[in-house]
Amino acid sequence: MITSKRTSLTRIKESAIKAFFFTNGILAVLILLGIFLFLLYTAIPAFREIDIIEFFTSKNWNPTSPVKEEYGILSMITSTFLVTLGALVIAIPIGIGVASYLSEVAHWKVREIVKPVIEILAGIPSVVIGFLGIVLFGPAIAKITGQSHGLNAVNGSILLAVMALPTIISISEDSLAAVPRAYKEASLALGASRWQTLMRIKIPAALSGIIAAVMLGMGRAIGETMTVLMATGNAPAFPSGFLSSIRTMTATIAIELGEVPYYTTHYYALFAIGLVLFIITFFVNLVSDLVLHKFQEREL
Amino acid sequence: MNKKKIFEFLGFFSLRICLYLVLAVLLLFVYDIGSKGAGTLSWEFLSQAPRRGMTEGGIFPAIFGTFLVTIVTAILAVPLGIFAAIYLNEYAKQTRLTRIIRLSIRNLSGVPSIVYGLFGVILFVNILKFGTSILSAGLTLGLLTLPWTITASEEALKTIPNSYREGALALGATKWQAIRTNVLPYAMPGMLTGIVLGLARAAGETAPIMFTGAAFFLPFLPQSLSEQFMALPYHLYVMATQHHSIAQVRPIAYGTALVLLLLILLMNLSVVIIRYRMRRLKRE
Repeated sequence: MITSKRTSLTRIKESAIKAFFFTNGILAVLILLGIFLFLLYTAIPAFREIDIIEFFTSKNWNPTSPVKEEYGILSMITSTFLVTLGALVIAIPIGIGVASYLSEVAHWKVREIVKPVIEILAGIPSVVIGFLGIVLFGPAIAKITGQSHGLNAVNGSILLAVMALPTIISISEDSLAAVPRAYKEASLALGASRWQTLMRIKIPAALSGIIAAVMLGMGRAIGETMTVLMATGNAPAFPSGFLSSIRTMTATIAIELGEVPYYTTHYYALFAIGLVLFIITFFVNLVSDLVLHKFQEREL
Repeated sequence: MNKKKIFEFLGFFSLRICLYLVLAVLLLFVYDIGSKGAGTLSWEFLSQAPRRGMTEGGIFPAIFGTFLVTIVTAILAVPLGIFAAIYLNEYAKQTRLTRIIRLSIRNLSGVPSIVYGLFGVILFVNILKFGTSILSAGLTLGLLTLPWTITASEEALKTIPNSYREGALALGATKWQAIRTNVLPYAMPGMLTGIVLGLARAAGETAPIMFTGAAFFLPFLPQSLSEQFMALPYHLYVMATQHHSIAQVRPIAYGTALVLLLLILLMNLSVVIIRYRMRRLKRE
C-alpha cells in the first residue's frame, strides 16, 4: 500500500531547502540596506568638523588647503546635474525616435537585427566610452568651439547620452508595443495618418513607460563615473556653462579616494558624497520603478 | 490630405535618421578602436608584461588579473543569483515582503558602480580585512553583478511551463525534487547565457575595483587572492589619463581598449554558441 503521507524527515528537509532559498532571496534587501547603513556610518564622522549646511551650500571644495579646508559640494552637485541634463536633452528625442521607428515603422526583420546591435552598445565598458571621449569627441569639440581642449560638460553629455540610449530605447519600445492594438486601429479608422496616430495616440498612451525609461537613463547618467572622469576635464570650480570643464560627484570620489589618508575628515567627506549620490539615485530609481510597474499592472 | 502625407513622410524620415545616428555612433566607436588598436595587437602584446615604465611590452598581467577577478565575481554572484531566483520564482508568494525583495533587486541594479566601490572599501577592505586585493575587488564586483544574475536566472525560470512542475508533483515528487529534476535542467541554458552577459559587464567595470584592489603597475603576477592585481579596464584608464607620457603610450591604450572590447564580444559570442548547442541537445 502506498501511503500519501510523507515522512517527517522529508518534510523537514523540504522546509530547510525553502528556508535556504529564502535566505538567498532576502539577501538583496540586506545588501541594499547594508550599503545605505555602511555609507551613513562612514559619512557621519565627517560632520564632526564640517557644518552640514555649508556642506550642501558652499561652492568651494578644497579639502587639502593648508590655510582653510573647505568642504562644499554644491559645485559638484551642479556639475552632475548639468552633465546629466545635457545627456537627457540629447538622448530623449533620439531614444524615443529610435523606439518609435522600431515599433511603428521598421520591418520586423530590421527590428530583430537592430535590437541586438543596440545591446552591443549597452555592453561597451564605460572606460572605453570615456577613452573615446578623449581621443574622438574631445578633439572634435575643441575644433568646433575653438577651445584649447574639448574635455568639458558637452563631451560628457554626449557620452552619457550614448550610454543612456540603450536603456531608453529598449524600455520605450516595450511600452509602445504594450499599447493595445485597438487604440491604433481606432485612430487609423477615424482617418488619422500613421504619423498622427504615433504622435497623438501611441506615444501619449505609452508615456508612463517612456518617462520611467528616461528616469532610469537619468539614474545611470548621474551615477556614471569613468566617462565623466575621463572626458569632462575635472575642473573643481562651479560650472559656468556647457563648455566649461566640470567635476562631478562621482569623479571627485574617484580622483581623491585613492590619495586620501584613511579615517581623516577628508576621507569621511568622500563617503558623505557617496551617500548623497546613493540617496539621489535611490529615489530616481524608486520613482521610475513605481511608474513602470504601475504602468505594467494597468496593461495586465 | 496631401499635407498629411508629407508630414508622415517627414516624420518617419526623421525617426529613421535617429536610428541611423545611433548606428553611426556605434560604427564610429568600433571602427576607431578597431582600426587604431589593430596595429598594436600581436602575440607579444597579449603575452608579455609592460616594460620600460609601461611604454613598451604587452598587457598580459592586466588580462590575467581581469580573468582572476572575474572568477571571484562569478563564485559570489552565480550561485547566490541562481538561489535567489529559485526562491523568487518557485517559492515566493505575492506578499509585501516579496514585493520589497523585487524592488530591492531592481534598485540595486541602479546603484552607481562607484558606490559599490565605496561599500567594498568599507566592508571587504576594512571590516573584513581582506585589504586591497583580488578578493576584495572580486567580491565588490560580485555584489554589483548579483542583481543582474538574479534577474537573468529568474527570466530563465519563468520560461519553464508550469506543466513541467505539475507533472513531477503529480508523480509524488516533493517540491524540491520537482525543481531539481524538472525545472533547473531546462532553465540552465537560459540562466547561463544571462549570467555570462552579467559577468561580461562586470569584467569591464573600473570604478568598483579602483580602490578595492586594482594596481597601477605590478612587476609580478599575483600569487594569491590577497594580492593586488592589474586589470584591463583600469589599465586602459591609466594609459589614457595617468601615464607620464600619454601621447607616447596612446597605441598601447588603443590596443588595451581593443582587447577589452574583444574580450567582452567573445563572452557575448560564447552566449550565442551555448544557446545554439543547448537547443540542439534538447532536440536530440
